[in-house]
Amino acid sequence: MDARAIHKLLANEFGDGVGNFVEQPTEPHIEVDATAIAKVCSYLKENGDLNFEHLSNLTATDYLEENRIRIIYHLHSYKHARWLTLKVAVDRENPHVATLENVYPVANWLEREAYDLVGVNFDGHSDLRRILMPDDWVGHPLRKDFQEPSHYHGISTVRESMLTINRN
Amino acid sequence: MSLINSVPEMVLTSKVDAMLNWTRKSSLWYMLFGLACCAIEMMQTGGPRSDLDRFGMAPRATPRVSDLMIVAGTLTLKMALRTKVLYDQMPDPKYVVSMGSCSNCGGLFQLAYSVCDGVDKIIPVDVYVPGCPPRPEALTEGLILLQDKMMNEKWLTRSAPLTVA
Ligand code: SF4
Repeated sequence: MDARAIHKLLANEFGDGVGNFVEQPTEPHIEVDATAIAKVCSYLKENGDLNFEHLSNLTATDYLEENRIRIIYHLHSYKHARWLTLKVAVDRENPHVATLENVYPVANWLEREAYDLVGVNFDGHSDLRRILMPDDWVGHPLRKDFQEPSHYHGISTVRESMLTINRN
Repeated sequence: MSLINSVPEMVLTSKVDAMLNWTRKSSLWYMLFGLACCAIEMMQTGGPRSDLDRFGMAPRATPRVSDLMIVAGTLTLKMALRTKVLYDQMPDPKYVVSMGSCSNCGGLFQLAYSVCDGVDKIIPVDVYVPGCPPRPEALTEGLILLQDKMMNEKWLTRSAPLTVA
């Protein structure tokens, strides 16, 4: 079953919760509504013909011009040796999406990373803290309009040219 | 007191200095502080082929008994604060070798938002070893340079190291 057939199956099952199928040579993917993602994923996991038992990656990308953030889910089925990509678009000002923690426990850390770097809020997440950046960091560094602070705890983040420094 | 005063001062201190420095440089215990890929070369330097043991160096797992910190790898801003704490926990006299471009100046990550460009922004550095990563030979040479520096030290009159930032 290829991605297009899976899309047809999902569209029948979930109606409006599933959006378009985007045909791309590199990565065909299915657009899913933010409210339906947890249900769609648990369906994809439980259904015997699909068996996507593994969430292999979860990332988020900032689309500044579109004023949107896309969350990208890569699912994998060991049983059928098959990949599937889902994308959820949310509003950039107030990005909210349901957590997948109850479907794939591995989503815990992946969602913390997306929260830390892009600032997506995962509703229902049990422990939504920063995972890579320090706890007292301000802002989400992979946002396209992120402004780097000039200092962090008194450490300057400005790069002097090594050629002009007089070390003595 | 009277004995010290009766001997010319310069003669006595230079001999004690030389002996102290010689014992000190011959038992440099370094703290294991690998932060990124450079750590692989640091382990290699401690391994049997380039064998740091022949200089009397032994890896230690805690700063409290270390004389030397080899900062090997990319220093993030998050780690920079911890590095300062670890450095403060080392007993005096203490030395720092900055290994690799990353800890010298941020290296190829110096424009990244999370990287501290240069460990010398946090703690004073005695020897910089360039390279990405430096080969074990380069690190060994850096450590020999450090030993030379230690031999020229006037420990009895040495002031406490200045801490940057
Ligand atoms: S200097 Fe090069 S080898 Fe060393 S930590 Fe940086 S990137 Fe890795």
